[in-house]
Amino acid sequence: MSVKKFAVAVYDDEAVLFPAVKKVRSAGYKIHDVYTPFAVHGLDVALGEKESDLHVAGFIYGITGTATALGFMGWIFTTDWPQNFGGKPTFPLPAFIPIVFELTVLFAAVGMVLTFCYLNQIMPGVKKHIFHPRQTDDKFVMAIEVTDENAASTEAFLKSTGAEETKVEMAEADWWYGRFDQKEEYEIKQQLA
Amino acid sequence: MLNQEFKIPAKLKTTSLVLLVIGLITLGAGVATLLFSHEVVSQTRFWAVLLQNSIFFLLISLASVFILSATSLAQAGWIVSFRRIPEAIGSIVWVLGIIAGAIILTLIWTDNYHIYHWLEKGNIPHNSLNTLKNFFLSKPFFSIWTVVVIALWGWLGVKLRNLSVQQDSEPKGSTKTYWINFKYSAGFVFVFALTLASTIPWLWIMSIDSHWFSTMFSWYTFASSFVSGMSMIMLWILYTKRHGYLDIVSDEHIHDVGKFMFAFSIFWTYLWFSQFMLIWYANIPEETIYFKIRMHGPYKFFYWLNIILNFVCPILILMPRPNKRNYFVVVLVAVLIIFGHWIDFYQMIMPGTVGADWQMGWFEIGILCGFVGLVIWLVANKLTKAPMVPQNHPFLKETIIHIS
Repeated sequence: MSVKKFAVAVYDDEAVLFPAVKKVRSAGYKIHDVYTPFAVHGLDVALGEKESDLHVAGFIYGITGTATALGFMGWIFTTDWPQNFGGKPTFPLPAFIPIVFELTVLFAAVGMVLTFCYLNQIMPGVKKHIFHPRQTDDKFVMAIEVTDENAASTEAFLKSTGAEETKVEMAEADWWYGRFDQKEEYEIKQQLA
Repeated sequence: MLNQEFKIPAKLKTTSLVLLVIGLITLGAGVATLLFSHEVVSQTRFWAVLLQNSIFFLLISLASVFILSATSLAQAGWIVSFRRIPEAIGSIVWVLGIIAGAIILTLIWTDNYHIYHWLEKGNIPHNSLNTLKNFFLSKPFFSIWTVVVIALWGWLGVKLRNLSVQQDSEPKGSTKTYWINFKYSAGFVFVFALTLASTIPWLWIMSIDSHWFSTMFSWYTFASSFVSGMSMIMLWILYTKRHGYLDIVSDEHIHDVGKFMFAFSIFWTYLWFSQFMLIWYANIPEETIYFKIRMHGPYKFFYWLNIILNFVCPILILMPRPNKRNYFVVVLVAVLIIFGHWIDFYQMIMPGTVGADWQMGWFEIGILCGFVGLVIWLVANKLTKAPMVPQNHPFLKETIIHIS
């Protein structure tokens, strides 16, 4: 929970956004985040984001699912309650494969979705500050964390990169639980700053 | 360099011709020692090896026409950067088709019942499992359908290529040929569904074991040929790229083709297992006999080699993202996949023909070399006939800035 000061620039086209990102980064500013209405291909590369380790997590979840399914069914059918199904062996591996496959997929899918949500701080009830109301509609918004001293110069610099609108505002940098229509809660947070 | 034309490197030309000559010498030696031998097993071996190789190389070349049609229908942009390679492979389908068709029709009209057991006189009427297949497994239907299908495949493969070359000389921004190409692609997908994805593998390969049947079989063959076809496209892309062509093909395109190799290896395994598990579970003797000779009989080695080469290797090696962008790793896996599926076709065809007397010797390897040389020579010559990049394709810009 920390309220910080941000310089915000609003662009109306990704063709303007890409050169702007390049200019801002080469001028030495550290971009807090860029908000776009749709997934912009190549923006992660332009922002210098590192490749996500989500797939490593996915592999581990998948292997966990495989081990769970094989271990649990193996234990049931060989140790806990062995049964004879049509003369099949007590450990009928081919019959287990579909379930092993399904559990591998289930563990990997559910685990990766939850990890993805955690990494991106999205969950039912989790809210983040919205810098511009049209950032989910048709505008591209870039936010840079600033101090009291460099706020004005940063805003001027953003203006020069082709932003159609710039502003400096205090905003909550982290997420919180709540609802946006509860205006009071949001305003209290603003006043806390 | 968008209008670069391919010139065959001398080394490639020599290699392909040497391989082709090895193949022809092997074929000659095979005719002398195997075909005119007194042993039925040797004659059967001769025909079975020719059948395996001609069908395998025909089907993996046909996979190129399919990926072209499928991506045209999906209006995919990424493939345009290296479109000329599947086009060149697709336009040699008719040559391989004539070879395969000639071999198959010879087998049918000489009543070679050591390969196709249902040709044996009296086999069909006395066998209740075969009576329902009387029309399907009859000489006239088999021959007509084989000829029609090969003609359609060959014609559409050449047609898609010609349309694309025609587009090069059209005014900039014209989409007329693009939409004609779209219609032919739709036609090919329809033909493909009725032939490779259903009837053709039943007729050409599954009817070797005519008492056995599997509804998965055509899909299984399709997956096998498609994944090796994508691997072949990958090898050509990297080869031409290494010799200074196709510089608009970036790591992103390589990554996408790598994903196809990875995903369709898993798809192949999925079909392989689906076919196996139902038969294993039901445990009906006339179905399990197919797997008995392969899993526990003389083909044990090839059966497990098949799984290791076509499932274990691709899934483990191609899973990490950097590996799909590493040219060396990708080439290694592509060669493994193509060889693996050649083994797959081997274990589809051999148990029902030569049975326990299988051999993996000079004839098998020689004929394989011959077909590899033939395909390299034909495709390389086709590639020289047009610029390596489609000149006026509407998606040319999209493919250059493509990010996977």
